[in-house]
This record gives sequence, C-alpha cells and structure tokens, in this order.
Amino acid sequence: MSQTRTIAIAMSGGVDSSTVAAMLRAEGHNVVGLTMQLWNQRRLAGQEGMPESVQGRCCSLDDVYDARRVAETIGIPYYVVNHEDRFERDVVRPFVEQYLSGRTPIPCSLCNNHLKFDQLLIVAQQIGADTLATGHYARVEFDDKRGRWLLKRPADHSKDQTYFLFGLTQEQLSRTLFPLGGMTKPEVRERARLHGLALAEKPDSQEICFVPGGDYKNFIDAYLAEQGDALPDTAGELVTSSGEVVGEHTGIHNFTVGQRKGLGIATGSPLYVIQIKGDARQVVVGKQEELYARILRTRRVNLIAVKDLTEPMRVAVKIRHRHEPAPALIEKSGEDEILVSFDEPQRAITPGQAAVFYDHDIVVGGGWIA
Amino acid sequence: MRRVYLDNNATTPVLPAVFEAMQAHFAEHFGNASSMHHHGQETRAAVERARESVSALLGCRASEIVFTSGGTEGDNLAIFGLVRLGLAPPGDHVISSTIEHHAVLNSCKQLESSGCEVTYVPVDGQGRVDPDGVRRALRKNTRLITVMMANNETGVLQPVEEIGKIAAEADVYFHTDAVQATGKVPIEVKRIGCDLLSISGHKMNAPQGVGALYVRKGTILRPMLYGGSHERSRRAGTENVPGIVALGKAAELAREAFSRGDLERMGGLRNRLEQTIVDQVDAAGVNSLGTPRVPNTSSIYFDCIEGEALTIALDLKGLAVSTGAACSSGAIEPSHVLTAMGLSPERARGSLRFSLGKQNTAEDVDFALTLVPSTVARLRELSPIYNKTAASY
Repeated sequence: MSQTRTIAIAMSGGVDSSTVAAMLRAEGHNVVGLTMQLWNQRRLAGQEGMPESVQGRCCSLDDVYDARRVAETIGIPYYVVNHEDRFERDVVRPFVEQYLSGRTPIPCSLCNNHLKFDQLLIVAQQIGADTLATGHYARVEFDDKRGRWLLKRPADHSKDQTYFLFGLTQEQLSRTLFPLGGMTKPEVRERARLHGLALAEKPDSQEICFVPGGDYKNFIDAYLAEQGDALPDTAGELVTSSGEVVGEHTGIHNFTVGQRKGLGIATGSPLYVIQIKGDARQVVVGKQEELYARILRTRRVNLIAVKDLTEPMRVAVKIRHRHEPAPALIEKSGEDEILVSFDEPQRAITPGQAAVFYDHDIVVGGGWIA
Repeated sequence: MRRVYLDNNATTPVLPAVFEAMQAHFAEHFGNASSMHHHGQETRAAVERARESVSALLGCRASEIVFTSGGTEGDNLAIFGLVRLGLAPPGDHVISSTIEHHAVLNSCKQLESSGCEVTYVPVDGQGRVDPDGVRRALRKNTRLITVMMANNETGVLQPVEEIGKIAAEADVYFHTDAVQATGKVPIEVKRIGCDLLSISGHKMNAPQGVGALYVRKGTILRPMLYGGSHERSRRAGTENVPGIVALGKAAELAREAFSRGDLERMGGLRNRLEQTIVDQVDAAGVNSLGTPRVPNTSSIYFDCIEGEALTIALDLKGLAVSTGAACSSGAIEPSHVLTAMGLSPERARGSLRFSLGKQNTAEDVDFALTLVPSTVARLRELSPIYNKTAASY
C-alpha cells in the first residue's frame, strides 16, 4: 500500500471511474468523488429532431445517481460540481462552429483539456487533493532521464484513450492518476464485482455525451435555434477535385471526409467526400484513391515526451480514434505547427481531428489537423 | 471529526423536546384523528392542540390553520387555490417578486403557461422588494400578490406590512411565504394583513414533511387534493399526526425562545461570525448588510472564489454551509436571488450562506472562524484570477 493521501476522482457514473474510486479507497487513501455537471440535457429536449425525454449518457441524472450510489457503497464523500458555463464555452460552441466551418471536431479532447484536467483539477486542489484520478485507459509516469512526465498507452490497446489526452501539459500530468492503465476491461469489471459495485455490468458509453442518440446534425440545429441564431446557410456545390460541379448539397456540416453515403449523386463508381472547403462551401468528392494523402499539418501542438521538436523524429501517427498509428516523420514547420509525412498514404485525413504522435507506447505529443 | 452545522436555512435538527412529543404518536397514540373511538379522540385532541399552538405563534384562530406537507405544498395551495385558470383573456393576474423560493416561482411559471399573467417585481441592491413596485404592478385583473416574508439566501425581511396595506386597498389577495421567517422573527398575520401565509416544520426544528398554511377566515380555496373532509375540506388525506404534533411543539418552543431573548443571542453570534470573517478576509463582504434581516442568516461574498469549491473544502473539514441553489443533479447554479439584487454572476457564485440554528453555540462560531479565513486563503492561492487582481485589493 502506498502512502495515504487525498485523491479526487472524476466520477462519471460508469464502471471505469467507479472502479477507480473503489480501488483507491481500498488502498486506504482519502478519496473524494467529484462529478462535473456539464450540460443540461433538458435544454434542447423536445426541439425538432431531439428526443422528448432525455436519456443522455453524460450528466444525466441516472449517471449522477449511479455515481452517488457508488460513493455511498464504498463510503467516500461525493459532490457534483457545476461547470456548465465553461463546457458550453470551451466544448459545445467550438463543436458547433467547427462543423459549420467544414471540420470534424473531437469534443472529448476539448473537454479533457479545458474541463476535466483544468477546471476539475483546480477544484481537486482547492479541496485539498493534489491529484485527480480518472477512469481513462492510459498510463502516466515520470521519466527521470528526460525529467518529464510521460503519457503512455495502456496495457489494453483496444481501450486506449491516449488519443483524447494528447493535450495534457506537464503540470496536468504531474497531478493525474490513471489507475486502470495496466488493466483490461474484463479485469476492471471483475474488480467492480469484487468491490460489490452494482454497476459492474453497466454497458460502456460510446457516443458524444451531450448529443443524445448521436445525431450531431439535429443537435446543431436545435442548439442554434435555442441560441436564437439561424443556421447559417452552408449549402453549396458538390465538385470533383478538378473543379467540375457534379451536384448540390444542403450544408457542409452534413459531411465528413471519407463519407460515402448520402451524397445524392448517382454515378457508376462509388464517390467519397475527399475534402470540405469551408470558405467556398464546396464539398469535394472523388474516388476512393483520392482519399489517400501522405502529408498533413498540425497546429496548436502539445508536446509531452519532449520539450521541443528540434529535429525531425520517426514516430507512428494516429489520425482518428479508431486508426492504427502509421509510421511517419514529424518535423517542425512553423511556429506551433508540425508537418507529418507518412511513409504510406493514409485514408481520410480529416481537418478538426487530432494527429497524435507515438514512440511505441509513449505519446510524444499531438496537434490539431489543419 | 468534529462537525458543525451552519446550514439551518436548508433544514434544522428536530429538537429533543419536539422529538419526544411526536414519538408518542407512532406506536402508542396511533389513532386516526377521524375515528369515533377512543384512539381517534386522543389523536384528534393532539392535532387540535397542535393547531392552537401554531395559531398562537402566528396570531390567528386555530380554525385558520391548514396542516400541509410543508412549505412547497402551502405555497402551491395558496397560489393554485386562489388563482383561476381557464378564464377568458386577460385571465387572472398575479404579482410576485424575482427573489421568491422556487416553490412560488415555479408555481407562477406554471400559471403563466396556463394563460395567467404574472409580474415579477424586482428588488433593490439590498435584495428588498420595493412596495411601490408592487403598487405599480397592480392591474384591474390582479387576483393575488405573493411576496415572501424573509428570503432564504440573504435573510432579508421583506416589507410585507406595506404590501399587505397595498393589497387591502386594492382588494387583492395577499399570500406570503414565511418559511424562512417562522421562529426567527415574531409573526402577526393581522399586522401583516395577509390572507395566506405558509410555514414549514423542518425550518423550525420540527421534522421534514409537515407544514401549515394560514388561511384567513372567509377565504375560499380550491383544494389541491380531493378526498375526505380533513382540514375542513381544504386538504384531504389522513393527517400526518406525529409531524403535526411536532410542529405544534416546535411552535410552542419558538414562542418561548422569543420571550427568552434567544433570537437576540443568535443575532449576536451571527454578527460576530460575519464581522470577524469580513475583518479577516480581503475582498469579502456581507450581502444585504444595509437592510433588516432575520437574525440567523448571513450571506457573505468572497471575490475570486468559487462558492462551490469553498463549500466542499469546508465540508471536508467538518463545516456545513451552503451556496446557491442545488439543481436536480445536486450541482449548484448561481443564485437567482443574488443575481436579482445586482450581484455579478461571479460574485453570486462566490457567495456563501451561513445560517445558524437554535443548537448552535459560540464554540460553533469559533470553529467556523478557524476554518473560513484560512480555507478562503488557500483557495485564492490556487485562483489565477485572484493572483492577477490581488494587487488591486
């Protein structure tokens, strides 16, 4: 048993964070459970295209109830803290704006950077907990040789969440615990059962927490309507890569790079979205082959394993959550910009997503695909 | 761990004498007050004694007291009992204020969605409703004025007597939610001039789940619950006898406390608490200091502090206080009361409510004083905003 200290736990009401709470409590630490209230699911309920009642995954009363029951079962103090304002400012609005400019955002990374490991970490420190533990599948450790905190892939690569954590700073990592980093999901469920947690069999959540049912298009419509903003007209042309107009579309936010269905054009060979030109409101379509590219640029870069990228580095780069990291060379190409050159062309490089750089299990850093 | 409870506006502990009085009505004197036989008769007697005790606290007749399940039911019964839904436009008009408890505010919202009109009179910088604002809001179709007697967050005593006169002159019903005033200041319904006044047991050392509504004689209320002829057909349902007996006992103790000067003592503790905090902590102050308040409540703002984090930090050290209003998840939303009186959302979020109860001692206040300034200081060390602006304080 390690030294007793006060640890705050970000509890979502799911199996993973609940098990973390039970494990750390069993180790004898002073554990405080915290749940962030981030989004009022009732806000958009009943609007066109949105569910009448809310069974959202995040901040739903059911999840708060589950987290509270876990805290009670294992005997720890538990609090819900309200960060709705920050969540809307730093996650929901950027999410909507990115889609409307033809990009495909990742709200989970924004939430990690701006809420979980920022606001919640501050609350943790304010209530006397120097560290915040979460149920993420990732590992964090201090590397004496480099003198830096490292973020590493978990033992169970199938649950790897490091892709969403590339934005963590050294300060944030130094105050973070990922107790599930060495475990597989079945092991976690087994631990949950051992600790007598009623939610050991609760299904995993997959969708974006504030988008009920996963239909982000309806969410954007409903959010803009609630804000009193009309949906900006992002309708335009479908063009080929050589500029030939082949059709029209109803709005660029309805498209994602790599998408095949719903283009509304009948041609002999299947067509894919290969690019979205936000300014021109054009959706560029083409053949499967045209989806592949070897080069991408990342901006708003965060480096973890190294202080700076002084010379080109061989890494593996992951360009979406479900993407097997592919060998590439990364090099600095400007202030806060890194150029990624893959050995082999990659399919559907999507602006708005992150490119995360791996040196085997170590997260070197990452940036947002321009 | 030592724990001190300074959140008595949320709820109060049941006093030992109250607990003792109600205990007899679970297994021993268990009868249904409506029964003819001996068991019913002894229960009926206990209920009516309690009614007399509550009426004595409010200065009314016993027959003017309707027992309820608490403050929320009393507020709902008053509002929905008087305001007529489904009238031809313009329908009934109601005057309320921006700082009411949600039991009143959300009832008014429900009225609005049923075709009634509601005017929410604003408050001044001290959190006090302007009686002239109430007067100006009067219309031909005004049916009811509902303005609280004391605010739950600031403790500010509202000008209910002046509003009572306005209501009388205009021949409009007047209801006041006195939940946070009962037992803290003497109440005379005749002086207030109200037609209806709601109180809650658990804010005055009786248990949760019981309350009362004063209904001036001759006021016809439409009931919310239909059933037997309990409470003179104003509130059907077998009486919560242990709760009612407890409320009666608590009312009796409240009157004794007034005559003993207990409330002056409590006010002294409250004043020492808030003065010492404000003396010891930079950029802190008492909300509504410039207007009469109930003697147990203190709302204190701490700039560059999240009240939520401060509340948690203090709770982990054994001091129970509160901030804002809890939403359904238990998270805190910025207080509508503090923002209505003009506090910035930041200052509203940085405000804490300390509310004393009969059980609190000078040592409890000392305990709070050992924790609050040091905890605020620690939180501010971690506040980027405070460190940036510290120079200006």
